[in-house]
Amino acid sequence: MLANEQAVTVDTLIPECQTRFDAGLRLVGISAVEIKTDSTFDVLYHFDKDLQVSHLRLNVPKADPVPSISGVYFAALLAENEIKDQFGVNFQNIVIDFGCTLYLEPEVVKSPFCTFTFAKKEKVKEEA
Amino acid sequence: MRTILPFGPQHPVLPEPIHLKLVVEEEKVVEALPNLGYVHRGLEKLTDIRDYNQMVNIVERVCGICSCIHALNFCEAVEEMMKIEVPQRAHFLRVMWSEIHRIHSHLLWLGLFADGFGFESLFMQLWRIRERSMDLMEATAGNRVVISTNIVGGVRKDITGEQKTWILAEIDKIEAEVRQLEKTLLNDYTVKSRCCGKGVLTKEQAHQLGAVGPMLRGSGWAQDVRMTGYAAYGQLDFEPVVEHDGDSYARCVVRFREVYTSCDLVRQVLAKLPDGELAAKFKAKPEGEVWRRVEQPRGELFYYIKGNGSKFLERVRIRTPTFANIPPLLAMLPGCDLADVPIIVLSIDPCISCTER
Repeated sequence: MLANEQAVTVDTLIPECQTRFDAGLRLVGISAVEIKTDSTFDVLYHFDKDLQVSHLRLNVPKADPVPSISGVYFAALLAENEIKDQFGVNFQNIVIDFGCTLYLEPEVVKSPFCTFTFAKKEKVKEEA
Repeated sequence: MRTILPFGPQHPVLPEPIHLKLVVEEEKVVEALPNLGYVHRGLEKLTDIRDYNQMVNIVERVCGICSCIHALNFCEAVEEMMKIEVPQRAHFLRVMWSEIHRIHSHLLWLGLFADGFGFESLFMQLWRIRERSMDLMEATAGNRVVISTNIVGGVRKDITGEQKTWILAEIDKIEAEVRQLEKTLLNDYTVKSRCCGKGVLTKEQAHQLGAVGPMLRGSGWAQDVRMTGYAAYGQLDFEPVVEHDGDSYARCVVRFREVYTSCDLVRQVLAKLPDGELAAKFKAKPEGEVWRRVEQPRGELFYYIKGNGSKFLERVRIRTPTFANIPPLLAMLPGCDLADVPIIVLSIDPCISCTER
């Protein structure tokens, strides 16, 4: 548990981010952590205002959809695409969705940073 | 008619590979889309097989240009997690090496920027001065770039009284030589015509798009993580350099003047350097989660670290400044002339190794 941390759900994430955007908080970054004990992800959203950092923590079961906050904070698009590549977190409606090819080659179907999840894309069929 | 032009991954102004798909109408850029992954190394994942002490060396290799500051941030995060009291002398030495690194990074970028707009002699002069900062690192740490002075608990290298005098003399020379170039770089008609009004990022955009470092300060925000007082910064006088125009020239001015600030900080460190141990002794293992951030030459560097009580960390998340500055770049490019794209891209001081890790 981090200081200045608030738990959110998939339903309250976007409204909470909108509140923070309206209050002038800057998005510092997004971190994903695999919770191996209960097959979930912690997605942490880090914000800053006047050098004070605060966080939102979203705990979601693997494969469950997570709404993208890139519609509120455009800067989230790279972090969300990166996490989708590396952990397979199922972000929905990213303003520019690379479809798990930001870093990964199209033939890679397993999320490299994660033990149990897979990137959400079809395996490319080899040409005969 | 709309055309898609590839910019990069190999381009004369790009020290590292990034690919931008530029949608252009005649000579105007309408849209820019990034394509990353050319130098992705998965360094964060190495925490599975490298313990927290070995990870200091790994994070140093995220970026050569600011390796020392990556290690500083990682060490401070682990020290906070393990509640290690770092000796004061180590804090001051960490600041000294960080600021020498900042001088070397800014002079490197200023040289590349000058080369980007075709001022080759200025590029050579700036890189000649930069060699002094490289010499400082080599003499005090044994290496020119990846200096490996930070360890969990403190630092592994010390400086002698003789070195202290020499460092002060070299810092004076660096500042004097940079001042000689100030008029040329900041007042030259050609330089201004290439940079003023190019790639404007308004104050509001800079904040909303998450810009950091000279990008943020060049758009009028007096925000610098050094103001939080990490390491020994709380015991030093420091004012962030701020410009208000938000264009490529403003970002250039911020970095140029930050060289003076760094020289001043090195002098303050050496004047106040306390005696004492270089590193604390400890036995604990990292457990829990922490975040730390420091000011790299390119801006705010953010680490999130999670430990599980073993010597291997469960997660190391690194958010580098260029990663934060790419969304603002995507907002700056639409509307600019195609000929200005190289200068605007360079003006964010892109470090792609950092971005992709």
